[in-house]
Amino acid sequence: MYKQGWFTIGENRPLAREVYRMTLLGDTSAITAPGQFVNIALAGRFLRRPISVCDWREGELTIIYKILGEGTRQMSRMAPGEELDLLTGLGNGFGTRRGAAAGSKKPLLIGGGVGVPPLYRLAKDLAAEGRAPTVAMGFASAPDAFYEEEFRALGCRVLTATADGTLGTRGFVTDAIREGGAGYDYYFACGPLAMLRAVHGACPTSGQLSFEERMGCGFGGCMGCSCQTISGPKRICREGPVLEKEEILWPTQK
Amino acid sequence: MADTKVTLSGLTLDNPVIPASGTFGFGREFADFYDINILGSFSFKGTTREPRFGNPTPRIAEAPAGMLNSVGLQNPGIDAVIAEELPRLRELFHKPLVANISGFSIEEYQYCCERIDKEDQVGIIEVNISCPNVKHGGMAFGTSPENAAAVTRAVKEVTRKPVYIKLSPNVTDIVAVARACEEAGADGLSLINTLLGMRIDLRTGRPILANTMGGLSGPAIFPVALRMVYQVAGAVSIPIMGMGGVSTARDVIEMMMAGASAVQVGAANLSDPYACKKIIEDLPRVMEELGIQSLSSIIGRARQN
Repeated sequence: MYKQGWFTIGENRPLAREVYRMTLLGDTSAITAPGQFVNIALAGRFLRRPISVCDWREGELTIIYKILGEGTRQMSRMAPGEELDLLTGLGNGFGTRRGAAAGSKKPLLIGGGVGVPPLYRLAKDLAAEGRAPTVAMGFASAPDAFYEEEFRALGCRVLTATADGTLGTRGFVTDAIREGGAGYDYYFACGPLAMLRAVHGACPTSGQLSFEERMGCGFGGCMGCSCQTISGPKRICREGPVLEKEEILWPTQK
Repeated sequence: MADTKVTLSGLTLDNPVIPASGTFGFGREFADFYDINILGSFSFKGTTREPRFGNPTPRIAEAPAGMLNSVGLQNPGIDAVIAEELPRLRELFHKPLVANISGFSIEEYQYCCERIDKEDQVGIIEVNISCPNVKHGGMAFGTSPENAAAVTRAVKEVTRKPVYIKLSPNVTDIVAVARACEEAGADGLSLINTLLGMRIDLRTGRPILANTMGGLSGPAIFPVALRMVYQVAGAVSIPIMGMGGVSTARDVIEMMMAGASAVQVGAANLSDPYACKKIIEDLPRVMEELGIQSLSSIIGRARQN
């Protein structure tokens, strides 16, 4: 279950264009699955910032975030040694042993932009189980890309697409999957809604998709991030952010 | 020894701190953080006759010292609340609850209040006539004294529990609405609901909220809420649950000095899940610092001086 705690910034460095990697030192015991997120309180901002966990171990977690507004810009200016108030262990996360995922021998991980980070720990876990995944990543342009080497170091095959063709396949991540001829029997995806929708349409196997939504609290108190599913309303922050492919109902307009 | 007890329509609360409806669900999420029995009471998620999904997302936007929401009364409906939520809640919370009821017609308010009247866990019924996020009904009942009085009369017919009407600040004269509710038989008043507002995404030029507008809450609205509680307290003789941006023990005391008999805490729960716990723990120390022996003695002090 989730926890509130103070974390000390270990490092906070640029990783790609407007994208930073931050390590945070503190109690990570509430984090149980890849794809979970933390909710970060920032001085002078009323709402916390929900950010997926890229990796963690005892006493340290890593996040990768993009400057998308004033809050994340403020984060990017913080220095090692400064402290942050985090809620940890939020969300359900990906389940490598959940449903059809348990029997998957050739999993495919699909990430778009800052949807890539939570796939890192997932890839690590799958590799440790002896089923190192193929990782397909989509970015706008080469300067936005990150973590290709880190995934390769885990033994993953990496397919990259950029919208402008400056790195890898020109086009979307679904183009990279097709062009790369990646064989897979299950997928895990995280990225913007348009990407998830394209993946849902293009990838015939079962899968788990991690969604993003503006949140109030991040722990299920406000119903700010609800979505409809075939099994009824779910809160992205609590019953999500990961939904099973088969339960997704796409919003009629977005 | 600081006495934090307050009395509300015959109910004695250990302290005046009550999480506000819509910021505390049915208690479960917060019970994972702390024992919610320390609360004076809590007002559960606004409940309607039918289950409601609410508005499309995004439903949340940040504001300076606050936030906007356009959730739109998402709730499982009165049947599921009675059959599922209340029994679960009985395990977590052992004090009388505030049951928050919403509706889209006078008949619906009446139906829900009649149903909830039979639940022994409920100490007070709080009738929300001020939701800014639904079309038809909702705030429409709270913006005219005549409609507010009609809802009040209708629900008073079907319940013997104390009825508190939750008022909208989005009116020209909140005192006129408050007086109409009192005359129609309300046992108390809850104020204020959120203030209608909006934000625009500068990159897209479009409203951030899918519903365009939403209700502003948080510290930004505290002085407005305080002013309205003060005005209404001076005009009616029924008790008031004061709310709007309350975030600290000092805010609670200030709200009570303005005339509130109990104080609800809303948006603060969302940015800090421990907000109510901290307030309750801080109250005795702040009371001592201010030389306050009994919280109930400060109600309306701002007017007495």
